[in-house]
Parts: sequence; structure tokens; C-alpha cells
Amino acid sequence: MARTNEFALRNRMRWFGDHAASFLCVTATVLVVAPLVAIFVYLIFKGASSLNIAFFLHKPAPMGETGGGMANAIIGSGLVLGVGSLLGVPIGIGGGIYLAEFGRGGKLANIVRFTADVLNGVPSIVMGIAIYSLIVVPQKHFSAFAGGVALGIMMIPTVTRTTEEMLLMVPHNIREAALGLGVPNWRSVLSITLKTASPGVITGCMLAFARVAGETAPLLFTALGNDFMSYRLDEPIATLPQQIFVYAMSPDDEWHRLAWGGALVLILLIVIAVSLVRYVTSRGVLKGAS
Amino acid sequence: MNNSQVSLPEFRPENNATGSEETPSAVRSFLLSRGSSAIADKGFSGLMLLCALSIFGIVALIASQLVVRSQLSLAKFGLSFFFRSAWDPPNGDFGAVPFLYGTVVSSFLALLLAVPLAVGVAIFLTEMCPRVLRAPLAFLTELLAAIPSVIYGLWAVFVLVPLMKDYVNPVLKSSLGWTGLFDGPNLGLGMLTAGVILAIMILPVISSLTREVMSAVPHSQREAVLALGATRWEMIRMGVLRNARIGIVGSIILGLGRALGETMAVTMVIGNDPHIYKSLMMPANTMASVIANEFSEASDDMHLSALVEIGLALFIVTIIVNAFARLLVWAVTRGAPARVH
Repeated sequence: MARTNEFALRNRMRWFGDHAASFLCVTATVLVVAPLVAIFVYLIFKGASSLNIAFFLHKPAPMGETGGGMANAIIGSGLVLGVGSLLGVPIGIGGGIYLAEFGRGGKLANIVRFTADVLNGVPSIVMGIAIYSLIVVPQKHFSAFAGGVALGIMMIPTVTRTTEEMLLMVPHNIREAALGLGVPNWRSVLSITLKTASPGVITGCMLAFARVAGETAPLLFTALGNDFMSYRLDEPIATLPQQIFVYAMSPDDEWHRLAWGGALVLILLIVIAVSLVRYVTSRGVLKGAS
Repeated sequence: MNNSQVSLPEFRPENNATGSEETPSAVRSFLLSRGSSAIADKGFSGLMLLCALSIFGIVALIASQLVVRSQLSLAKFGLSFFFRSAWDPPNGDFGAVPFLYGTVVSSFLALLLAVPLAVGVAIFLTEMCPRVLRAPLAFLTELLAAIPSVIYGLWAVFVLVPLMKDYVNPVLKSSLGWTGLFDGPNLGLGMLTAGVILAIMILPVISSLTREVMSAVPHSQREAVLALGATRWEMIRMGVLRNARIGIVGSIILGLGRALGETMAVTMVIGNDPHIYKSLMMPANTMASVIANEFSEASDDMHLSALVEIGLALFIVTIIVNAFARLLVWAVTRGAPARVH
């Protein structure tokens, strides 16, 4: 009789433990998801109420005045990101091709892959210092070009890894078919493998682009910022994330509005990039790549 | 290329007409006329190898630049830089202790808040979640991991800081004030707020990696434990968590690496004060935030060099932390099938 009771008690305890654990996990999820959704929705509403046509067409009004926009920062971000992409995308894709097509499974490829992952975790502000010391100090002035190089270097590891992952999803028999027809290897890589994986590679580059578009720390001492309209690569230039930082820390309400608007523009860029990646990797040959 | 395609039909009648052994066969001459692709192939693979090696180049470049620029403070203070707590730019006296302290405490606070929640979320998503919810939640975490640091900072300045000031800090002060950890003026800014925003930022990172590691545990493990009559929680504990524990530790360390180097959001809410206070409500400073704050304003070389040395330390620490974490995650997921999110 005592034994049965003991069993019943143990079973009840296990039942209780099971339900308590489930309850805790559900609570944790709610605790995490609710505020995160709240942040997201808040950002979108606050940003949407701050955006208007002037935001995209005018440069910021002086402190204390109403109106104005972030046209100079949008142009600046465009220029800096353009330089960054010119540097980061080709090298990144090249690295990805090496990892997936030439070095696959080899020791060197594993080390490169590992280093790329580690490099991804290096704080962006450290990149900023390195580029400051490499470009800004010898030139003796801050420049949009230096900012672009900093962002480009940050894109390389990300683009390399996504390109590799996308190329690995391309079935082997496509490569074999190309080689069997006597196509040289380099052509088969470029116009067969890379072309098959191109939707994934392109969206992967977009994702890297969107991520560095929001980087602020490396631009603080490379592109520096600028209150005026500038199109020159060899001069300091304003960029969206860096202006958001400046405006958020300022006491001016009108500048706060610009900061929220800028944040929304960056978020939209991220949302589009992430959604495209998910869309591309949910269909066709690339299904299952991340 | 175009030329050789044209030349193929030209060769065939000639070959048929003569029929001699000396002229090579049509196919062979066609191939010969295209030339060898060996050089192009070698060149191409060499170019791609160069691109891949550029990753090492970047690491070497960063390391060498940091070492060169921090020569001045390395020579003056040596290793004692990391044991001195003075930070006095006008008098050229520098030490990194306040920033080491700030970085360690804020990251620790962030992990304390984020890890239990993140693991709970990962368990829910892999083991309990209805299928309908899984994809949207995964999408949401991916999105949140990609939102720039400066935007989290913007949100923290206008929403989190007032929230902490009006609701959280007074409660902590009245209930836990006796510990001395929640003392001093209630600014809303400070170490605690920095810890909270860091926790929010690393949550998606830790939970998505933990989820990946947990879904790499083979289903047979779960089935075996369930077949022995385990409840669902016992199955998760014995079948999943025990097998994935190394990878989970790895993802937590990866989150730590993120928290250590996080710059903008922390700079915006931590208050930037190069002194060590016991109270978590007081302003502080981290390694990354002091660089972000003072670098563009530092006028003399010694100040600049000291800041670069802090950057060098940050670089080395994050490299070690990230490498260690990657090895742990890799040890678990290496035999796993392709990732399915």
C-alpha cells in the first residue's frame, strides 16, 4: 500500500514538473516576444508619423527650427554604401566561390570559414579604429571613402559565408553536366553554378548591405558626419545611422523626429532584405539554405 | 569561342575527303582549336583563393594597425595599463580598469537576464510550439537580430530610460536598496539600463543559435527517452538539453561576444562616467563606449593611443571569445543535416 502511494506521489511530482516546465517556457516566450513586438510596432508608428516628402528632399533645419529632412544623410549613406559594396561584394563572392567550389572540405577552406565567422563577431568599432589609422591618419582628414572602406571590409565575411551556403545548395549533377559538355571549369562555375545560385547570392548581398547600412560605430571616425549637402568622396559626409545617433542625443524635438524617421528607413531596408532572403530560400534549388 | 564553333563543320568534309591518318580527327582538332583552358582555370581558381585569403589579410591588417597606433601608450604604461584605474586625459594619465569593469558587469547583467529567457524560448520553439507559429517567430527573431544597434539605442533613450526611471528603479531601490547595489540618484541612465538593452539585443542571437543546436539533436534520442515512459520535460532534459549542452554553452558565449563589443546602444544609455561605482544605477562606461565617445575628440596623441590600446584589448578578447564559442557550436552541429528553420 505504502509502495503504491509512493509511486502515485512520484508520478504526480513528474506530472507537476512537466507542466511547470511547459508553463515556464511559454511564459519566457511571451515575456520575450511581447516586448520585442512592442519595440518593433513602436518604431514603425513613431517613424511613420515622422516621415514626409521633405524628409527625403531637404537637408536638416538648424537646431530650433521646424521642417527639414535628411536628404544629405540619405545621399551620404548611398555614397558610402556604394564604395563599401564595390569593395565588399566582389571579394566576398570570390571568397564564397573558393570555399564552395575549390577548397570544399579542405583544411584551408575550414580555416578560412572559421576565421570569417570569428571576424563577423569582431566589434565594428574596432574596424573603425583600424580604418581610421590606415586611411584617415595618412590623409590627415576624414572622408566618405574611408567610411566606405570600413563598411566594405565588414561586408566581406558575411557575403563570403552566404555565397558559400547558397553555392553548396546547387546540385552536383548540374556541375557534372557542364563539365561533361567540355565547358572549362571557370566557365562552369561562373555561368552554371553561380547563375543557378544567383537569387540566393544576390539576396545574401542585399542582407549584408542592409546590415552595414545600419552600422554607426565604424563611421564615427571615418566618415565623421557633415551638416551640409556633400557629394564628394574625399570629404566628411553625413550618413543615416550616424545622424540618428547625433539627433537622438540632441535636446531638440524636431531633430528627434528626424531620428525616428531615419530609423524607420533603415528598418524598412532590413525588413525587405530579410524577407527576400526567406522568400528565395523557401523555393526551388536553394530551398533549405539559410 | 565563336571562331571554333564555326570551324567545326569546316573540318568534317576535309577529313572525309582525304581520309588520311596524318590529319587529326574532327573532334580532336575542334578541341585543339579551342585552346587549353588550363591557364584560365588556374588563374580563376587563384583569384578566388586570393579573395578567400583576404579574410586573413583583414585580420592581420586590423591587428597591425592597432598595435602600431597604440605604441605610445604600450611603451609608457605596458601591461600595467590594464591594472590602473586613473583616466585623466588632461594630465595624460590613463588606465583601463573602469572600462574593463563596465564591460564585464554590463555583459554579465545582460547574460543574467537574457540566458534563461533565451533558452526557454528555444525550448518552446523546438519542442512545444505549434507548427503554425514556428515560422513567424523564427522570422521575427531573425529580423530583430538584424536591427541596427543605433536604433535599439534610440528606442532605449526615449522609452526604456523613462521606464526604468519611473517604474523599475524606484521598486528596486525600495526593495533591494539595502544591498548597496541600487543606491544613488535615479537618473534612468546607467549600468542597469545598459544591461537591460544589451539583454534585449543578444536575446535573438542566443535563442536562434540555441534553437539550431537543439534541432541538430537526432530524433532517435527523443524517441528513445519517450519510449522509456518519460514525460515531455524529462525528454527535453535528458534527450535534448543533455546532448546539446555544449552547443548551448557555445551560443551563450557567442551572445557574450556580441555584448562585449556592442557600442552604440550602450553609449547612448550608460551615462559615460570613467569611475567605478558599486551601485548599478550610477553611470559607467564600457571599453567600446569610451572609444565611441572620446575618439573623435581626443586631441593629444597619448589619449588617442590609450583609446587604441583599449580597442586592441577589445579585439583580442572578442576574437578569443568568438573562436571558443564557434568551436563549441561546431562540435555539436557538425554531423547535423542541413539547417531547417
